[in-house]
Amino acid sequence: MSATIAEVTAVRVPERSWRSEVRALRVVWRRDLIRFADDPRMILTWLLQPLLFLFVLGPGLQSLSAGSTDGVDLTTFMFPGILCMALVYSAIFSAASLVWDRELGFMREMMVAPVSRWSIVAGKCLGGTTIAGTQGVIVLALAGVVHVPYDPILLFGILGLELLIAFTVTAFGVMVATGIKRAQTFTSVVQLFVFPMIFLSGALYPVSGLPTWLRVLNRSNPLTYAVDPMRRLVFEHLDISDAARRRLAPGVTWWGWRVPSLVEVGIVLALGLAMLAVAIFQFKRTE
Amino acid sequence: MLLMRVMSCVMNPSTPAAIEVEALVKTYGEIEAVRGVSLTVAPGEIFGFLGPNGAGKSTTINMLCTLARPTSGTARVSGFDVTRERDDVRRHIGLVFQDPTLDGYLTAEQNLRFHAELYGIDAGAVPARMRQMLEMVDLWDRRDQKVHTYSGGMRRRLEIARGLMHSPRVLFLDEPTIGLDPQTRSAIWRYIRALQEAEGTTIFMTTHYMEEAEFCDRVAIMDRGEIVVLDTPEALKASVGADRVVLGTVDDETAMAALRDRFGIDATVAEGAVTFHVASGEAFVPRLFAELGVGITSVTVSRPTMDDVFMCYTGSTIRDAETASPAERNRAMARVVVKAGR
Repeated sequence: MSATIAEVTAVRVPERSWRSEVRALRVVWRRDLIRFADDPRMILTWLLQPLLFLFVLGPGLQSLSAGSTDGVDLTTFMFPGILCMALVYSAIFSAASLVWDRELGFMREMMVAPVSRWSIVAGKCLGGTTIAGTQGVIVLALAGVVHVPYDPILLFGILGLELLIAFTVTAFGVMVATGIKRAQTFTSVVQLFVFPMIFLSGALYPVSGLPTWLRVLNRSNPLTYAVDPMRRLVFEHLDISDAARRRLAPGVTWWGWRVPSLVEVGIVLALGLAMLAVAIFQFKRTE
Repeated sequence: MLLMRVMSCVMNPSTPAAIEVEALVKTYGEIEAVRGVSLTVAPGEIFGFLGPNGAGKSTTINMLCTLARPTSGTARVSGFDVTRERDDVRRHIGLVFQDPTLDGYLTAEQNLRFHAELYGIDAGAVPARMRQMLEMVDLWDRRDQKVHTYSGGMRRRLEIARGLMHSPRVLFLDEPTIGLDPQTRSAIWRYIRALQEAEGTTIFMTTHYMEEAEFCDRVAIMDRGEIVVLDTPEALKASVGADRVVLGTVDDETAMAALRDRFGIDATVAEGAVTFHVASGEAFVPRLFAELGVGITSVTVSRPTMDDVFMCYTGSTIRDAETASPAERNRAMARVVVKAGR
């Protein structure tokens, strides 16, 4: 039998430093990626929903809306919204891994390690961002199918927006996850928030000419400010009439003032950082 | 020899005790889970922590490994204060919990690598150290398999290998052998001893198995949040002193009354049999048959074991303690609820 140790390489755990924090953050991030890459079925499941919307719902509704889109294909119109939807789903569900870690005990392994809670939460956020971003890239690759040109500026712009949205939504998911003890609760909270947020965001319809109550809800929905710059960017690169552009991508307005894309991006980023801070605070408290 | 080690740490402050606990208290609202625990564990010692469920063992361990903040009192592990120097404590301890804390979707090797990175171990030393630990627990050949394919015993062995990855000065084991088959249990004890020899690791463990308590250098028995006794297993058995007589009778009530009236012995019923202690059991048996006046169906006389020690100091056998009184169970429940609510 073994259990006698022929030779032992003694190791030591160094004092906490920024280097050890970076290593911790990186390994938390890498663990999420390993698990993601190991589960191709999960990747497909997450992609299924946006693809259904894009290739089934879009063409299905096309006949109804043909007159009102000024010749623009409905799937083209929906593309930026669907992209956001895909990001929201995969970001939320990668954040859910935190709840599972707690439920299945792995959380304790991280909690007793000599690293700051900050590194663990930031690593999780980075993991979710990468995974959701990857999904976004896959959907983005389908741009040509829905008549969105493969213009380098457009692609890089979308990629940047994708990462931003992925980060903010993951931060949201992690924030919810740190405040919740059971995986089941997480699922219901997600159902409660995510569906309305997607439907209220204008991902599936233009945001001008809405009834007042819907406009108020739409304007106070953070996701609105993620979808809008994405749609503007896409529409700037489409070869369509100005009338169609005005009609389909009117942009978000506050009391008649059209909110610039940069402000929208700022809102999304600020929200993401704020939610990350709340997540870290809650995570520290749950010890 | 152990006494000398303990003495030398008391006398010589330059070699700090592995664990030093002073009047440690933890309350959850109304519930006093730990009520003033004090103890000192010498470096390299194997220290056993026994007690019925809900006695406060896990709460004490959680405070020692920085997972719970003491309400009052102090505790130092490897020379560091568990509330003020948490990170230093964490750097020097390893943990194996009762409940699994592995990632089932990673392989054994990936689990250990995750641990090594999280603890910032020198990357050059990781492969060698990992191999030694996995070989020690006989899992080197299965390092590439996902942990969810492992049996319960293999998982526990992997937890131990992982807990030791970073050469901890103190290893905390909370029920490391519970629910395992006898072979795995004895294997785990072999690892613990091998490691203690190789690296001088201090072991602080809780266990439900009284025969395992015998392997410890010293044992503390905890009950209702307090340490009721603390000594070497030999000394504890000697303190119980008398032999144990377990009596099967046709009428336990009458037999107990007869024992009290005729021999002045206070017997209890444990595990469904009349049990009592007398100085020399063998010599007492003939008198028993002659004078008890109640039909005897069986007699067992045994030298004191750790079970007797446990019974003597907590008033129940460990198995009776499992199916504890409603009040005790409520206490245990309350603790669980408080834990979940946190």
